[in-house]
Amino acid sequence: MPLTKYPAATPLSPRRRAIIIGSTKGLGAAIAHRLAREGYSLALAGRSADLLDKICAEINQASGETRARAYIHDVKEYAQVPDLLQKMITDLGGLDLFIYNTGVLLPTTPVTYEPDKDRETMEVNALGAIAWFNAVSPVFQSLRTGQIVGISSVAGDRGRVGNPAYNASKAALSTYLEALRNRLTRHGVDILTVKPGFMDTEMLKSSPRAFWVISPDQAADDIWKAIRTRKQTIYTPSRWGLVMLIIRHIPSVIFRRLSF
Amino acid sequence: MTTATLPYQSLTYLENFGHSLRAASYLYKPTGIEEINGIFKFAKRNNLTVALRGAGRSYNDAALNSGGIVMDLTGMNKILAWNPETGLITAEPGVTLEKLWKTVLPDGWWPPVVSGTMTTTLGGCLGMNIHGKNNFKLGPIGEQVVEFTALLTTGAQVTCSPTHNGDLFHSLISGMGMLGVFTSISLQMKKVYSGMLKIHAFNVPGLDSHLDAIADCAPENSYTVGWLDSTASGKGLGRGQIHAAQYIQEGEDPHPAKTFQVAHQTLPGTLFGIFPKSIIHYFMLPFMINPGVRLINSAKYFAGMRESHYLQSHAAFHFLLDYVPNWEKAYGNGGLIQYQSFVPKETAKDAWQELLTLSHKRGLPAFLGVTKRHRPDKFLLSHAVDGFSLALDFKITSGSRPRMHAMLQEFDKIITDAGGRFYFAKNSETSPETASKFLGEETIARFKTLKRRTDPDNILESDLYRRVFGNL
Repeated sequence: MPLTKYPAATPLSPRRRAIIIGSTKGLGAAIAHRLAREGYSLALAGRSADLLDKICAEINQASGETRARAYIHDVKEYAQVPDLLQKMITDLGGLDLFIYNTGVLLPTTPVTYEPDKDRETMEVNALGAIAWFNAVSPVFQSLRTGQIVGISSVAGDRGRVGNPAYNASKAALSTYLEALRNRLTRHGVDILTVKPGFMDTEMLKSSPRAFWVISPDQAADDIWKAIRTRKQTIYTPSRWGLVMLIIRHIPSVIFRRLSF
Repeated sequence: MTTATLPYQSLTYLENFGHSLRAASYLYKPTGIEEINGIFKFAKRNNLTVALRGAGRSYNDAALNSGGIVMDLTGMNKILAWNPETGLITAEPGVTLEKLWKTVLPDGWWPPVVSGTMTTTLGGCLGMNIHGKNNFKLGPIGEQVVEFTALLTTGAQVTCSPTHNGDLFHSLISGMGMLGVFTSISLQMKKVYSGMLKIHAFNVPGLDSHLDAIADCAPENSYTVGWLDSTASGKGLGRGQIHAAQYIQEGEDPHPAKTFQVAHQTLPGTLFGIFPKSIIHYFMLPFMINPGVRLINSAKYFAGMRESHYLQSHAAFHFLLDYVPNWEKAYGNGGLIQYQSFVPKETAKDAWQELLTLSHKRGLPAFLGVTKRHRPDKFLLSHAVDGFSLALDFKITSGSRPRMHAMLQEFDKIITDAGGRFYFAKNSETSPETASKFLGEETIARFKTLKRRTDPDNILESDLYRRVFGNL
């Protein structure tokens, strides 16, 4: 039987353990690096074996020990989730933090209708997340501790002309997380909803009019701070909180005439 | 066990005794051999490891198995046979020392070797080969075992005694539960003529006199234990108090039947008759900082200035750790660790002087120190030496972890250089290098060979085993 490859925890070098779904590039990779620096043992899941191996190698080289291991996974393979989760927990030796970061933003225009793209968006951003939350929640509920983080988006706060499926998928994710929070807070589990604005990742290509663009590392710093302080919902950068407060309250009669 | 697939939703967090480690595991509580066998098969099928757990009183990760199965044997807690004529008792591994002494004392017998707490189980006691305050006389608990039966992960059952299957006898005892599961244990009890012990308590002003007093008391007393003021430095370094105890001879106690009664032994539930002891640990919490502990230690030392002789019940003398329930919680959220070193009598003084001075210099004094006299034994993973042991309790805070870690590495070097050894139920930071240094290559090779023989699929593994022996 293979020995656990992650380093052992002792009272003087305790290890927290995290799973990140969607960690090959962009924000997921930045969060992985950040958590590794904080001493976490990480199970990193993604579709690309090459990219996963690369980020694991970077992390393990920087820390001089095995802090990250790769798990190849496509979030649309919902049926794999329970077994994969069990394998990750066994390898990690426990679980303190679960992060669902996977998301797609498929470019479209305000006048095109592409059902295949919409389905893909919903499957990756919402159904994939829900499959994982369904597997992770009972674990944390029975442990009476733990933290679930979902990377949603400011785009989930309102439906807009540009990309209905993306808005809907992120709204579904945010609402699902809220419901989960209401279920699990009483069991000692914290749920963090992260709503980033524009970030300098591949997704930015689909947003030509982006502003207040932040780097994934900046967002990862914000997210780590929120994880540490057990926040419930954050916007990153935080000024989006005020902006979205206003936008959420624009009456539909005006909102439907706006073009952003 | 009817479980067909792994119930991953039933992960449970288990802690070590010091509340300084937590590990998520699949917890099973078998009540018989069939079930244990079922769990082994189930583990093999699902590529999981199994660690054994009794009372969970190890200070380190001996009874934890992160991400694997933990088999809690406290459900197997039947006394199988007790003969008040010969003092031979046979019991299942989950029987606690408490149940044991409460069974035998009314008939005038006492377990010859007990730990500082009575909550420990026999299986755990044998796995770690515990010792008592009479280690220098009777050796560890393993030497009181007449015979045991163990179940191996292969499904085979072996019966071992010092003369039959001697190699397994001397390695399953002390084997940390990594070679097999005890299913039945026969122990010889010791005849006593009173429920009381004669105690002689006196202070010692420094490390020299402390070790001399323990060494001098050992031959003529039944039990010897020292309390060491680990916060005192300079001239008072190593000062403390010695408690030596003697059995009462036949005829000395006019009413032994009365003192044998469990009610006569039981620790009081309240302090000063009014204060419930179950809540004392909350009041201790604010004092558990360096100045507070120095104050308490000094107060204890000066309170003991007058030499005293008195009678004390067996239970009250032995089970000091049970005197304040949940005392370990007073150490706060970070919990505590214990660092116990066993050093030959020739080098003990210099080594401990160095240890204590270093802890003061680093600003990380131990909160409690306990000393004992030991002699070597024949068990494979033995921690005993012809010398002394010093157990130091340290409080963990998030800020002091890296410094404490570095200090304990220095400690390990001092102790191994002095020819010292460590105990696998206590120290939590022992590195593989340190273990191979004090155990020796040959002992480790023998242990590994026995492990391959008794557990060919490597099903039995604990966090402790992986951490120390995983790569050896």
